[in-house]
Amino acid sequence: MAVANAHSGRGLVPGAGAQPLAIELSGVHKSFGPVEAVKGINLNVASGEIVAFLGPNGAGKTSTIDVILGLSAPTSGAVSVFGMHPRQAITRGLVSAVMQTGGLLKDLTVAETASYTASLFTHTRPVKEVLERAGIAALADRRVGKCSGGEQQRLRFAMALLSDPELLILDEPTTGMDVEGRRSFWAAIQQDAELGRTVLFATHYLDEADEYAGRVILLRHGQIVADGTAAQVKALAAGRTVRATLAGADAVALRAIPGADSVEVRGDTVLIHSGDSDAVARYLLTSTPARDLEVTARGLEDAFIALTSDDTDGSGNYAGDPR
Amino acid sequence: MSTRSLPEPDLSTRRAPGLGGLNLTVLRLEIRRLLRNRRTVIFALVLPVVFFLGFGLNSAYATDPDGHGNVSAFVMINLALYGAVLATTSCGAMVSIERAAGWSRQLRLTPLSPFAYIVIKMLTALVLGLGSVLAVFAVGLITGKPSMPGYLWIVTGLCVWIGSLLFAAFGLFMGYVLPTENVMQILGIGLALLAFAGGLFEPLSQFPHLFRTIAQFTPLYGLNQLVHVPFFGGGAHLAWVANTVVWLVIFAGGAIWRFRKDTARV
Repeated sequence: MAVANAHSGRGLVPGAGAQPLAIELSGVHKSFGPVEAVKGINLNVASGEIVAFLGPNGAGKTSTIDVILGLSAPTSGAVSVFGMHPRQAITRGLVSAVMQTGGLLKDLTVAETASYTASLFTHTRPVKEVLERAGIAALADRRVGKCSGGEQQRLRFAMALLSDPELLILDEPTTGMDVEGRRSFWAAIQQDAELGRTVLFATHYLDEADEYAGRVILLRHGQIVADGTAAQVKALAAGRTVRATLAGADAVALRAIPGADSVEVRGDTVLIHSGDSDAVARYLLTSTPARDLEVTARGLEDAFIALTSDDTDGSGNYAGDPR
Repeated sequence: MSTRSLPEPDLSTRRAPGLGGLNLTVLRLEIRRLLRNRRTVIFALVLPVVFFLGFGLNSAYATDPDGHGNVSAFVMINLALYGAVLATTSCGAMVSIERAAGWSRQLRLTPLSPFAYIVIKMLTALVLGLGSVLAVFAVGLITGKPSMPGYLWIVTGLCVWIGSLLFAAFGLFMGYVLPTENVMQILGIGLALLAFAGGLFEPLSQFPHLFRTIAQFTPLYGLNQLVHVPFFGGGAHLAWVANTVVWLVIFAGGAIWRFRKDTARV
């Protein structure tokens, strides 16, 4: 929780004026009968952010997204999108979403599906342009039922672009795609995000969050357990390891460094794990004769496992989410 | 990436569409989709025509006088009604397929209001229903057997067409209740049974007393009697009107109930 709210003041930066936040959730709970899928989420997303919702299945990603999209109402708490009710934002074409599966009619063609969707909005980009941006202009006259999974996903993406939304939400958009499909899909999304759209995507692929999001929000059991840049989130869970050559190291003194979690001395080499590697490095370089300093980060995967797993013995065995 | 300088989104220029998103493009695409569904179109347009050719031209009775015309005209009206309700039921029941495909959910991410969606389904159903009535009446004209005054062709055709909306509501209700792609295979058999009970295939007087008694409470009975009122004259019985109104309340009420449940923000 250390870096949660790190972004909460961003909607108020000078120049933002009265511009409402793209997403504002406060105290959102969502229960399905006795099951509490979302347990009190507070989240502010400013215009232009690219945010990843990362978490195992059952962490509450989709439930939270459904609340943001107005597909379900929170059991308690408040949600607003660009300062309005989600449904109002949708009827104005300000928000659109790419869902994992379904949502297409097999007996329409690609172009017809896009025209159908476009006709429902007051403010749209031309169908042809959008199909081109999604990379499916060549498939315009193909029946949706004859398109591959990846092509259908690009169509969903095209449909989401039609209203030229300010906020684009993607719920595990690359599930079931092969590596190449995922890469080219994300290239299209990234190219689009350059234009200034706010993007929030849910994923359980760690590399996607790491690579494409400016901000990573880790969810576990319906709560936000970490919120920051990918680097911050990584540091939060796993910290970094500072390695240095230090003859005659005093392990007790090293353990006293603020922020040092564990210290290992192997001959002339010391290994210090820390959530604040900068402080450790500064101490080593200024207060000891240490040299050959090396700071290494663990991957987001380690952070993910450490923060979302119930298994806290540090063995690294990801216990899976018991839902 | 998170500190890009961006143009502020101008929210004030965005408007919600009128009529809940209802528009002609959607209607045109829905009709095109419908026509692609060959099985539905063949059943709705060809089946009643085949039945008419089989039962409406029999020289043993076709030209016998009946009502303001002859027996062949009477049979033609029956089968136009059968075709129209088959058509509107099929169109209404298409919501079942759309729900299974997640299309209904997808539409909730657009400005289209649920009410406008139902209106689109009803209008599409009316298009195919009209096709069915016109097909049977056209074949009737070509064969030259059915005989009734010219105005009755128009008045009766309109009665059948408008009346078939009752079954668009039935189809919608069933489409929400039966979560299957094969909804029409169930409804096709169901409609055939209802058509027998409504006296569309055989005069009810040919059936045993118990069947006739039960038949009077089935949904095609009242509607069938009502669409024949201009043909027979003599006004409508209260029981026929009551039958139709009660079934309309049941079908439309059921469709609205299921539809609300489906779109409820759970």
